Amino acid sequence: MCDTCGCNVTPGNRKFAYKPVEPGATTISVLQGLLKKNDDQAEHNRAHFDARGILTINLMSSPGSGKTALLEATIAALKSQLKIAVIEGDLETENDADRIRAQGVPAYQIVTGTACHLDAHMVHDALHHMDLDGIDILFVENVGNLVCPASFDLGQHLNIALLSVTEGDDKPAKYPVMFRGADAVLITKTDLLAVLDDFDPAKAERHVRELANPAPILRLSARKGEGMTAWLAWLFGQLAEQRRRVQAGETQRPVIQPEGARLHTELA
Amino acid sequence: MHELSVAQALVEQVEGLAAEHGAANVHLIRVRIGPLAGVVAELLAHAFPLAAAGTRAEHARLDLVEAPIRVRCQTCGAETDATANRLICGACGDWHTNVVSGEELILETVELDIPEHGG
Repeated sequence: MCDTCGCNVTPGNRKFAYKPVEPGATTISVLQGLLKKNDDQAEHNRAHFDARGILTINLMSSPGSGKTALLEATIAALKSQLKIAVIEGDLETENDADRIRAQGVPAYQIVTGTACHLDAHMVHDALHHMDLDGIDILFVENVGNLVCPASFDLGQHLNIALLSVTEGDDKPAKYPVMFRGADAVLITKTDLLAVLDDFDPAKAERHVRELANPAPILRLSARKGEGMTAWLAWLFGQLAEQRRRVQAGETQRPVIQPEGARLHTELA
Repeated sequence: MHELSVAQALVEQVEGLAAEHGAANVHLIRVRIGPLAGVVAELLAHAFPLAAAGTRAEHARLDLVEAPIRVRCQTCGAETDATANRLICGACGDWHTNVVSGEELILETVELDIPEHGG
């Protein structure tokens, strides 16, 4: 045993040596993701969506950047062509689900109490309260928070990060984990750009690129209807892509799922 | 403060391993965290005792190993250090890179106290 013979262990390299293991102790190499249980549930949710041909999109942003307003405008534009359902996440109130239901589509409100993010289990529970038959797109509006939701896979296919022009164009640099995991970044409330001289959309875009994120960056105002055409076209493109995947028996994880970590685990 | 959720998931996972191997106690838990995982090591360390209270991991030492941020350039192929909000190539400056280290949130090893069978 190294702890008794002292083989090649000097005071200088002791910290690099294996720690002495107490008698009876066994070291187990695990190399599993810490959120394995959440990730397993997320895979289950994703399989559930794929089996029904549903495209699931996770909307994330700070509170008040216009997630619900975007959903209202999107539903109003698409509800004659597509069946949409929404899962809402908030610490309290049914307000957002009520706003979505007023658009005539099913919505389920997850009230998280004090939890700062949704996880795959909460979404799974919500799915049991919803009729998903014939649904084309399921939106999950995450808790307004630029930090915590980025770490939890819900089973979605795509992540969208919203950045409203009142928030500052350096938000992607300040919250890199969130913005590097976005499959699309929406710069919202662009109608206010006329009265804000300190938000430069090009600068926001540059910060996203510095996160090595090639995602499309769309500018829109849900309230004024600006830029909605490109957003809706992107959605239709993604829905077509999801239908192709389902036909081919493939699926897609959002880029938030760390490929590097998985690679590292496999190589280690 | 989602670190408590992460700590609870960690303890649950370690408890499962302890039960699987018939361990009485957990001595050490080693976790590798990258800055891009969105989990703060200090907060996880603070949350751990709360999550571990009353479990076989209660007296375990939590060893948090920070992974460096490294990117590989798709354009020039260089592998260089980067920071969380500047994941660009350190050699040629291109932003078309892949993160090869820094987004880990991995339970690497656990040291279990396994009583010997039959004394």
